[in-house]
Amino acid sequence: MILTEQEKAEVEANRRRYEQHKALGQQQAPKALPPPTPRDGAPIAADAIIHRETVPGGWYYVTKLGRGEAVRIINTSGTSCVSIQAWNALDPSERLNHADTIKVQWAASLRKGRVILSDMGRALLSIIEDTSGAHDTMVGGSNAATNAARYGAGNFRNTRDNFVLAAGKLGLDRRDVHPSIAFFAPVAVDSQGRFEWHGERRHQGDFVDLRAELDLLIAVSNCPHPLDPSPSYAPGDIDLIRYQASQLAADDLCRTVSLEAKRAFENNAFYLAGAAGRA
Amino acid sequence: MTAIPASARIVLDTVIPARVPWSAIIRKGQTLRIVDSHGQQAVDTLFYAASDFGERYSGQDTLRAQGSAYVTTGTRIMSTEGRTMLRMVADSCGLHDTSAGACSCESNTVRFGHQTKYLHACRENFVLEAAKHGLSKRDIVPNLNFFMNVPLDPDGNFTVVDGVSKPGDYVEMIAEMDVLCLISNCPQVNNPCNGFFPTPIQVVIYEAGED
Repeated sequence: MILTEQEKAEVEANRRRYEQHKALGQQQAPKALPPPTPRDGAPIAADAIIHRETVPGGWYYVTKLGRGEAVRIINTSGTSCVSIQAWNALDPSERLNHADTIKVQWAASLRKGRVILSDMGRALLSIIEDTSGAHDTMVGGSNAATNAARYGAGNFRNTRDNFVLAAGKLGLDRRDVHPSIAFFAPVAVDSQGRFEWHGERRHQGDFVDLRAELDLLIAVSNCPHPLDPSPSYAPGDIDLIRYQASQLAADDLCRTVSLEAKRAFENNAFYLAGAAGRA
Repeated sequence: MTAIPASARIVLDTVIPARVPWSAIIRKGQTLRIVDSHGQQAVDTLFYAASDFGERYSGQDTLRAQGSAYVTTGTRIMSTEGRTMLRMVADSCGLHDTSAGACSCESNTVRFGHQTKYLHACRENFVLEAAKHGLSKRDIVPNLNFFMNVPLDPDGNFTVVDGVSKPGDYVEMIAEMDVLCLISNCPQVNNPCNGFFPTPIQVVIYEAGED
């Protein structure tokens, strides 16, 4: 296609703007991201704990998480993988969007300081503590077929069915089960784009703390990741601690770590101001 | 570009103008050919089982089944129920993405600044086109991006860079079930997925001949 001089000028202007965004997005955020939380770091004050529960291997858990509350997910066995779904409690058509989470932050890898975005350009969850950094945004959870292929005949619980069950208990259905994010799933890609499993990056006692940035519905599934090469189906228990997170400071890490995060939180603020105005 | 066999029966042959949505049912056994007529145009695509729209395209299952972060010849395009919806049988380009999803007015504000909110975007196309079939925003899952170049490095860095597709590059998929196909011929001008200049594409649906 032959472009006019004016069209060429528009393309060049768009390209210059993109290069500026890319430079800021890729060069600024990694400098600001902190190291992983030490496994004996970040104790939760006893009076901040709202609820504590152990979820057996293979099972799922559903909870509401009010804005400002957090959940700590602890890999007590060291062999667990924990997948999540999240919906806006006031309007579940807004939900976790793994693609926007990856694309907008210029990174497929999640760690302390990153946020998990909705399809509406808002921050749903902030990763306020994370000992691991070995999480999967690309491949998602297991289903009946992947379990059968890995473990053979048998009745093995899987993440897809867990999420359909969780959605059902929230008054939602399988149309509302979207791609998930899997914690403690050390998936990486090699230089050819092939997936690799790095089991050595998963440790007993690893935890990740997710702070709700809107009132949310959360579903958690505790099933082995489909790329986990272990031939035996033996998911361990996980512990969940729901607690009241600290008051937000003006310089809160997850809100200020990048220009993208800052704008997502500005969108949250516009939305919350509107919600308050209607009340 | 490899010619469609003379014995084939052309079910549909249409041009999707720059920036607009499109949809059609592709029957089991039919081939869908998407042609990047002018090159460097990202084609955002979704599939739903025609018999049950609750079963739909799953990018994560597709990547897992493929064992790789990219989609190319031989890739099985998987559903949320773990079934093969279509098989990719030809690919003259070699670089397609299914991790970056679609642009939206809302995600554009986060990625490129609030001033980009009122620009036409793929999610707008998808919601409008899906509504013709009784579907809504909650049914719009992250999609396939044909001809979109999204390199991912071992450190997890992720970006959208200039497409490498040349004029006439194409992909072909054989449907293994009846599927509804939704396309947004990406209007994005904030990143290089379409060279900052959206162009028309061609879509052909055909059935193999008897010989």
